[in-house]
Amino acid sequence: MSHLLEIHDLEVKFALRFGDITAIDGVSFALDKGERLGIVGESGAGKSVTGFSIINLISKPGYISKGNIRFEGNKISSYSDEQMRKIRGNRISMIFQDPMMTLNPVFTVGFQMIETIQAHRKISKAGAKKIALEKLKKVHIPSPEQRLGQYPHELSGGMRQRIIIAISLLTDPAIIIADEPTTALDVTIQAEIMDLLQELCESDNMALILITHDLGVVSQVTEKIAVMYAGKIIEYGSTDQVVKHPVHPYTEGLIKSIPGTVIKPGEDLVQIPGMMPTLTNIPPGCAFNPRCYLKEAICTQKTPELKEVGNGILAACHMK
Amino acid sequence: MTKFQKFKESYFLYSFKRDKVAIASFIILATLLILAVTAPWIAPEDPYDANNIDIMDSEIPPMWSEGGESRFILGTDNMGRDMLSTMLYGLRTSILIAVGAVFLQAGLGILVGLTAGYIGGKTDAILMRIADIQFSFPYLMLAIFISAIFQAVYGIGSYERLAVPLLIVIIGLAEWPMYARTIRASVMGEVNKEYVEAARVIGLSRPTIMIRHVLPNSLTSLMVISTIQFANAVMSEAALSFLGFGMPVTKPSLGSLIQAGFDFIFSGSWWITVFPGIWLVLFVLVINLLGDWLRDVLNPKLYKG
Amino acid sequence: MNTDNKILSVKNVVKHFDISGGFLDQVRFKNGRICLEKITVKAVNDVSLSIKKGETLSVVGESGCGKSTLARVIMGLYPPNSGEVYYGGKRIDNLSHDKMLPFRKKMQMIFQDPYASLNPRKTVQQTLEEPLRFHHPEFSSNQINDKIEQVMEQVGVDQAWIRRYPHEFSGGQRQRISIARGLILDPEFIVADEPVSALDVSIQAQILNLLMKAGRERDLTYLFITHDLSVVRHISTRVVVMYLGTVCELAKAEDLFSNPRHPYTKALLSAIPVVGEKRAKQIKLKGEVPTPVNLPTGCVFHARCFYADERCSVEVPGLATLDNGTCVACHAVEENRIPA
Repeated sequence: MSHLLEIHDLEVKFALRFGDITAIDGVSFALDKGERLGIVGESGAGKSVTGFSIINLISKPGYISKGNIRFEGNKISSYSDEQMRKIRGNRISMIFQDPMMTLNPVFTVGFQMIETIQAHRKISKAGAKKIALEKLKKVHIPSPEQRLGQYPHELSGGMRQRIIIAISLLTDPAIIIADEPTTALDVTIQAEIMDLLQELCESDNMALILITHDLGVVSQVTEKIAVMYAGKIIEYGSTDQVVKHPVHPYTEGLIKSIPGTVIKPGEDLVQIPGMMPTLTNIPPGCAFNPRCYLKEAICTQKTPELKEVGNGILAACHMK
Repeated sequence: MTKFQKFKESYFLYSFKRDKVAIASFIILATLLILAVTAPWIAPEDPYDANNIDIMDSEIPPMWSEGGESRFILGTDNMGRDMLSTMLYGLRTSILIAVGAVFLQAGLGILVGLTAGYIGGKTDAILMRIADIQFSFPYLMLAIFISAIFQAVYGIGSYERLAVPLLIVIIGLAEWPMYARTIRASVMGEVNKEYVEAARVIGLSRPTIMIRHVLPNSLTSLMVISTIQFANAVMSEAALSFLGFGMPVTKPSLGSLIQAGFDFIFSGSWWITVFPGIWLVLFVLVINLLGDWLRDVLNPKLYKG
Repeated sequence: MNTDNKILSVKNVVKHFDISGGFLDQVRFKNGRICLEKITVKAVNDVSLSIKKGETLSVVGESGCGKSTLARVIMGLYPPNSGEVYYGGKRIDNLSHDKMLPFRKKMQMIFQDPYASLNPRKTVQQTLEEPLRFHHPEFSSNQINDKIEQVMEQVGVDQAWIRRYPHEFSGGQRQRISIARGLILDPEFIVADEPVSALDVSIQAQILNLLMKAGRERDLTYLFITHDLSVVRHISTRVVVMYLGTVCELAKAEDLFSNPRHPYTKALLSAIPVVGEKRAKQIKLKGEVPTPVNLPTGCVFHARCFYADERCSVEVPGLATLDNGTCVACHAVEENRIPA
């Protein structure tokens, strides 16, 4: 059975002056049409690198050293720049964290939207404008005709992020990759944007890869979740299952350290001792072992494989 | 890790070793600086000492051409001075003036820029308007004015003795707004950072915070423009000397040599202008190249592992 | 006179910022005449509250609500346009720099951005000893080093790193050093401005635990500024909800979360994503968030509120105290118009 998107054993390295370091190591997952996947992890875990490498946005000194990426059956990881441009922004769109950085401040919103449409197909300006308006309405922006003539700095943060989402919809992509789309927004706007993304995915049968560190946001929107640690996926399964019954000790600790989930107010939060290792200092065996309460000898010798542990969850842990 | 070990492993040294232009520029600059510093010892003769000069020796071509003498490797100028010696001393003078001028510019510029950037408001507005006025003043006109008046009032003799300090003051005063603006921009960026608020929360006084906290963090931009300003100062002094308002005829710098030789270019004694010209261009070029490299190295956005 | 165990009180504080720019920026051509237009950011509008000794009072609100500005007015970093700030019963907002110094020993602040709150050119040693040397010139070098050692141990930073520079540390470690700087003068009152917002989740837990522990051991009073409601629920005694520079609701933490009264508080709480549960449909507010430059008339929230009526657009609601001690500034609550 072929999936919409298949990542197989992906490895991305960065060539630095001390040598090559591995940013993501053996990442594999699949995504079907209309499915919503969350990639969760803390900063440095490799989740953004994973998202970028899907559409080959990794720039020097980073490079894909191993593995492949298949989209709609085609091996896009070996595509040339020319071929990739037909996919990027067209069949697979990406949304970034800071809308002010993504929108060009010297052009109007309308100009940027029309430019995007015309970059991927032959269409008149009037035709492009029609599509732009249609998408703006889809993201529930009030007075869309007016917005086309406005500049990014004239709009609020929430509005800008909606426009970014509208831009990503312009080409009716099969997949949207959203890299921390709500981190820079206030909590009420965040909730609106997440509801919007969910609504759009459901109505258009669009797949979503949501990259974030916020477990709360992930539990609201996604169906499947992949938890990353030090460049590897260490737990993978349905969001509901993983969040309510985490298997890997890191996921467990992560959920317990969020106030309000398990611990009562006033009590000490569960803290995972130490910090995630930097990419140059990954310990041998399981990368999490120095911080793990279940650690045994084997954990320092052999790197655990991602395997079935029941209930459809895959976890990379020797002890489970 | 000692400071030296840290330096050896630093990105600074790493980038330097990889950039051939920077290495070449540095070697040339170091050579020129060593030549300038050791001029009194390595120059065949002291060109500023009138006793050494014999007007009968004037306009002798370089050693390798027809009519040249082994006494004067690069020939002599129109006054009979050995070209090599005069160029060495001239380079020395140029560097001395440039260093002095840059220090003066930086000192004034830091004072004004730091105050304007930190205090802001009306103080900032007033100080920057003064800087703007100074900036729009053609410094050449100012320099000529001061120089001419000084010579007229105090006579040539005084002028010869005080030429170097006078030029330092003139060039220093001409360009301090450049420093002021740069430092001010850097300070304004730092002032909003939380470590400055933290210093205020502790209760430190304003001058203390400005000097101990904000200034050290604004120094990178200062280092980069200093290289450019140094080159500019050398050029300014050369220009003034060329126009006759810089170093006096008896104590030529590279610029005045170029000027003196200008009249003789087409009559055949090309070496009087060309050799000092090559040195000047080379000197300013390597400073600018190193300045470019320094700016790239210190730019945090370009920093790659 | 220090009554009621209040360590800090704020009375009718107003703070506006003039961002009109220079003379030329202000000149406008309106209605056929040239006039000067001033733009003011009305960050804090008539806020009064008091903090009891030993409690943790959290101030929550979204961007533009004025919580950070209020914190800085309290710390004396900005003088208020009007209103007063009292510490231990004594007025501090109008003190000269020198008269303020004794208070600076008792009031300290922790900042949000671990990358900007430490001077990049000072080692840990230098950063920590500066406040000590300044306020206690009589301390000997040994005393200073002892104190530094003590506080570093309390925040969990290795002594061996005392000569390192901030860029050699991670975000969480830098925040610990910031906290160490805040604690080293043995203050009574600490303002923490979003101290964990910039940190990863697992590090947040470490830092929160550290703050709570230090608070217990040193009998500290905290003013905690944050936008993260789950953190607030975990650590606060009382909570203040702010919107556009005004206090909407002030209540005990458990009361606020179990029974929010103000319409804005209700909307805010409905928007928090809860891990592991699909939250109830979010209460969507009408319209956009107005900027603090053009404040609405009457109640600052009326344009977005479902319960607003004529009175709300004209009259500013005062802070009224309800039976359980909760204070709410809302006409609809006062008039019992909101269904439970």
